[in-house]
Amino acid sequence: MSTSPPAGPTPEEMRDMLRAMTLIRRFEERASEEYMAGRIGGFLHLAIGEEAAIVGTVSALRPDDPLTSTYREHGQALARGTDPRAIMAELLGRATGICGGRGGSMHLMDRERSFYGGYGIVGGSVPLALGLAWASHYRGDDRVSVTMFGEGAANQGVVSECFNMAGLWDLPIVFLILNNQYGMGTPVERAAAVEDFYPRATAYDIESWKVDGMDVLAVRAAISEAARLAREERRPACVELLAYRYKGHSMSDPDTVRDAAEKERWKARDPLVTFERVLLGEGIMDASAIAQMQAEVDQVVDDATEFAKGSPEVPVDQLADQVYAQPWNDDPRGSALVNP
Amino acid sequence: MSDAPAQMTYRQALAQALREEMERDESVFLMGEDIGHFDGAFKVTKGMLAEFGPTRVVDTPITEAGFTGLGIGAAMAGLRPVVEIMTVNFALVAMDQIVSNASKIHYMFGGQVPVPMVIRMPGGAGHQLSAQHSHSLEAMFTHVPGLKVVVPATPEDAKGLLKTAIRDDDPVIFLESEGLYGKKGPVGGDDHLIPFGQAVVRRPGRDCTVIAHSRMVWVALAAAETLAGQGVEVEVIDPRTFRPLDLNTLADSVRRTSRAVVVDEGWPECGIAAGVAAHLYEACFDWLDAPIGRVNSADVPMPYAKNLEQAAIPQPDDVVAAVLATMAREVPR
Repeated sequence: MSTSPPAGPTPEEMRDMLRAMTLIRRFEERASEEYMAGRIGGFLHLAIGEEAAIVGTVSALRPDDPLTSTYREHGQALARGTDPRAIMAELLGRATGICGGRGGSMHLMDRERSFYGGYGIVGGSVPLALGLAWASHYRGDDRVSVTMFGEGAANQGVVSECFNMAGLWDLPIVFLILNNQYGMGTPVERAAAVEDFYPRATAYDIESWKVDGMDVLAVRAAISEAARLAREERRPACVELLAYRYKGHSMSDPDTVRDAAEKERWKARDPLVTFERVLLGEGIMDASAIAQMQAEVDQVVDDATEFAKGSPEVPVDQLADQVYAQPWNDDPRGSALVNP
Repeated sequence: MSDAPAQMTYRQALAQALREEMERDESVFLMGEDIGHFDGAFKVTKGMLAEFGPTRVVDTPITEAGFTGLGIGAAMAGLRPVVEIMTVNFALVAMDQIVSNASKIHYMFGGQVPVPMVIRMPGGAGHQLSAQHSHSLEAMFTHVPGLKVVVPATPEDAKGLLKTAIRDDDPVIFLESEGLYGKKGPVGGDDHLIPFGQAVVRRPGRDCTVIAHSRMVWVALAAAETLAGQGVEVEVIDPRTFRPLDLNTLADSVRRTSRAVVVDEGWPECGIAAGVAAHLYEACFDWLDAPIGRVNSADVPMPYAKNLEQAAIPQPDDVVAAVLATMAREVPR
């Protein structure tokens, strides 16, 4: 049985992790600009500030471990290695997007990389992850299903249903509660009877604990242990990551409600800056290497954006393609009728 | 061995389809409340826990949203779950999973992952189960692109359509009828699959087309018998699936008879009968000699009292009256 990656990353892995965090940050900053320019529509939920939670998690998993997320999921796709061009093109609604322009910002998926998608209904993705874990249980393979959702989603009934079934059947799943302390605009103390969320899983006989979600190494260590429990001991686990998102709930939220001093307090613990200091301190990267990496990342983001802008729109005659895996007619408007 | 098809109940036909498909394909498994240890609320899965074991016949907690979603995730991973929701009434608890996830995942992610699953559940009224346990929700599911909706009326269709549903690569809503589980009839062998989107003529006739599905087929056939005694020959057609809908067969019949009545146990507003009638108006307007009749359950929550319940759900006499109305004839009372 192959195991989870070891908790302590190699220097090369640490460089990769910083690069992934930087890519998420720069990519989302660019996405924000594209949204303001009107080239990205709908909702755009940014995870800026949560990069350690995302990269720490993905780096602790095997590439074939199924991963699911909420709609704040650009970072998960980037961390899994999805081509930034295909993500930006999806955000711009182009034919070259990873989902052919059908999903947009909230619904990225990259099945080849076992990223099973971003979902728009809070809490609704968690049972899907349980089903992915069920499939591993059913087939007897050693993959671990990991589902990232917010503390807001943890208040949805279906999440408790999933804790129960995971505990009941010992399914290989890691529930990852990313507690960014706000359910849209409502602070956690106004929405939860108990402000810690990890004990909810404990109630269902699931090993569960809380770590600093701003510290990528702490996240990686915690998820490594959780994945080990699921993979090797065939037991579910739950990790609560305490983190903070710097931006409003989505681009349409001006974020005027949260206290400015609170935001500054969290930004002082910025996960990228903190991790850069670790790499500098341990001599894994020097300042010029970091600057060079940042320049390369900017180049990747520039390239992705230019690619997306230059990509064709989705042909309208493909409107109804893929409603069904087994369609019964080729009506371009979609239709319940057989050969209308 | 006799060449005559086996006679069995609708319940036994469903069980045979499940068994055959589970034996044929190891990725097929059953999941639902009380389906194993208790043999199923309607005994469709009787004995299967012992035959197939607890990994393939899974008793779930009472947690419809959770296990329906689990089934969707398992289907995304390439398994073929057959999720049993004890009755259609409890599907309302799982509606977010069915509508937001099952129906959309293939499209919304650009065709990367199909969702090959079946959600079986019985519905319908007639057993004094009152307001919360008597739903016919065909219209709600048929409203949603991405789902397939199957409504078998006979043991043969129950088996042949369920086998097709299990082999289908899309999410299939398989609506059984509580009133039909004991219904007997001939049933095909293990290679008898009935394709989706093929309506069937249950009784030929020249005067009026009556479209009915599930238990209402039998109500329509009873009405047809009564009408025949009055010299009126109705053609009863069973669409068998609403997604896809075989409008061609329905419209061909209506163009011959010039009259139509749609019978549906659901409510009248924006319902199955309304939707089918709209298609027929568009396809057959110039052929129609009368407005299309609709026979639905009364526009009320289902009452408990036996007389009220029977008054609320479509009866053969209601169909007779609706047919005669299309012929501008008095209803004999």
